[in-house]
Amino acid sequence: MYRYDEFDHDYVRARVSEFRDQTRRRIDGALTEDEYKPLRLMNGLYLQLHAYMLRVAIPYGTLNSRQMRTLAMIAERWDEGYGHFTTRQNIQYNWTKLTDVGDILDALADVEMHAIQTSGNTIRNVTADHFAGAAADEIEDPRPTAELIRQWSTAHPEFAFLPRKFKIAVTGSPNDRAVTKAHDIGLRMVLSDAGAPGYEVIVGGGLGRTPMIGKVIRDFLPKADLLPYLEAILRVYNLHGRRDNKYKARIKILVHETGIDDMRAQVEAEFERQMREEGGPLVAPDPEHVARIAAYFTPPAFAALPDRSEGLESAMAHDAALKTWVENNTSEHRAPGHAIVTVAIKGTGEAPGDATTAQMRVLADMGEKYSHDELRISHEQNVILPHVRKDDLPAVFSALRKAGLATANAGLITDIIACPGLDYCALATARSIPVAQDLSRRFAAPDRAKAIGNFTIKISGCINACGHHHVGHVGILGLEKSGIENYQITLGGDHTETMAVGERAGPGISAEEVGPAIERLVDAYLDRREGENERFIDTYRRVGADPFKEALYAA
Amino acid sequence: MPLITDTGFAPDDSPALIDMEALPDAGEGAALDLPLDADIAAIVPHFNRLALIVVPFPSFADGRGFSIARRLRALGYRGRLRAAGHVITDQYPFARFCGFDEVQISDILAERQPENLWLDAQGRAVPPFLKRKARGWT
Repeated sequence: MYRYDEFDHDYVRARVSEFRDQTRRRIDGALTEDEYKPLRLMNGLYLQLHAYMLRVAIPYGTLNSRQMRTLAMIAERWDEGYGHFTTRQNIQYNWTKLTDVGDILDALADVEMHAIQTSGNTIRNVTADHFAGAAADEIEDPRPTAELIRQWSTAHPEFAFLPRKFKIAVTGSPNDRAVTKAHDIGLRMVLSDAGAPGYEVIVGGGLGRTPMIGKVIRDFLPKADLLPYLEAILRVYNLHGRRDNKYKARIKILVHETGIDDMRAQVEAEFERQMREEGGPLVAPDPEHVARIAAYFTPPAFAALPDRSEGLESAMAHDAALKTWVENNTSEHRAPGHAIVTVAIKGTGEAPGDATTAQMRVLADMGEKYSHDELRISHEQNVILPHVRKDDLPAVFSALRKAGLATANAGLITDIIACPGLDYCALATARSIPVAQDLSRRFAAPDRAKAIGNFTIKISGCINACGHHHVGHVGILGLEKSGIENYQITLGGDHTETMAVGERAGPGISAEEVGPAIERLVDAYLDRREGENERFIDTYRRVGADPFKEALYAA
Repeated sequence: MPLITDTGFAPDDSPALIDMEALPDAGEGAALDLPLDADIAAIVPHFNRLALIVVPFPSFADGRGFSIARRLRALGYRGRLRAAGHVITDQYPFARFCGFDEVQISDILAERQPENLWLDAQGRAVPPFLKRKARGWT
């Protein structure tokens, strides 16, 4: 894992005192509320419906046990005993007091964490594949790239006042678990024909009220050119992105209105200009520095083990619950005899992504004891133990079960993404969490969920789409119609490398109707699928939307 | 309207500004009022006659000026470069990094954000990336 150097340490501390000073200047009137707001936001502090919310960055989703314990301590001491893991690998504290923020930021700095650029019209916390460094299908660990981007983008003097927020995601695997095509910039690590590592650069993706699938602006970018190229994209966007209408200010609108070919020409011209600059481009990183970052992500020394664990096999033979959990919640690891564990932070009837102080401490213990002191946060709002020996899975399962963290639903219908919705968020038009809770109860029976198979439901409480509803197999969008919550259903979305935006099924329905409608939809799918391995999305693509629309509105 | 540099507030000593249309006829030492949507490549041939370029900041939240400054410097402009309008003290180090020499603000803003705050702003934390750069790391 990356460790701060003296510059990181000094800077994060300095930002805490700077924020205290900014707040003082707001109070004494040197800063107006309008001027203070973006400064507050670029330090992660939002004003929500009931209180301030502090959003803490977990850069590229990686943290160690000590950091997780600090997150738990903050929840206990300064919040109401829990935190909310988000779809952008952050954690939010929903009940923050303004007077505590400086102390919280200091506590974060103690463990090399911060809340910088988790909000505002800035380059946001960079996200990456949550299986990075562990996945069997990986070309290269994306985190050294993500860390380089974190360093470059932190307080970048040119890009602190962009037209709108700017999100970058990186994946090192052909199987895209980082939703790169729905980001302002998505980077996919690829190999050139000659075998050199580089990136496919995707630009202009995004969800929100105008969902767009990102377009390839460069097929192959050599690794060394990454920062100058990013800088070129950001400069074109900063100069030409719309500032007259915040709903049209994201780069996806600029790409759409300019056209990808014209956009590419502008970016390449800007890039070329930098490459010709005296002394080379300002931000071209020194190869030694890049190597130093990469060294922090050297994989742990995995024990040489047979891939099959006899201990695990015999435990599973006697414990059906363990077997189900292992089948659903572990993924293939690159090292034989190891597995990647997905810990579901979405037990039956619970708010997706919410973890209590006690749960966070158990997770920290599990990471320390069984996963080389590493944990990850996934965009699906789950926690990952990336490097667990198969021999240890029974013990991990048992400890997680005691903490209420052993729901065996990774990738299944109850592995729901939901935004905080009207229960917390000032922008929301409807509640998301109660809808997620209702659905998680309806499909709680493990056998039924397993029979349904891979099925993604994603719920947003307003058109800003923080719950990724556009790319759920089933998307649920909560709106408000004459004072009453109304839910629009979309079908056929896909968040992976075969990304698709779901299509609206028909008119919105009431909150009480959502559960029964989804149950009918699932029954219609089970009736029509060809074999147990055909996922809902496959059946949908094969037979089209009509039978599912019919089922949704059958009542 | 005070001018702000690293040494604090100073009175405005600059010549009268010309606009883009007057640029082709501008003499040595002219001062250009650059619109935010100007084609920067078009003014490159006039760089050596310009003593000052003024980039407007209609709002502190409009960051286009920072990119314009970077581009002007990248294209070889070596004269004085000024950010003028709604710039706040927190942005001073950013402006300096991007290539501005000075900032000009309104008297009303200067009253709210007096000289000492602008001098303090120079002590702001330098982003780690730039510090590493200074050591040749990046």
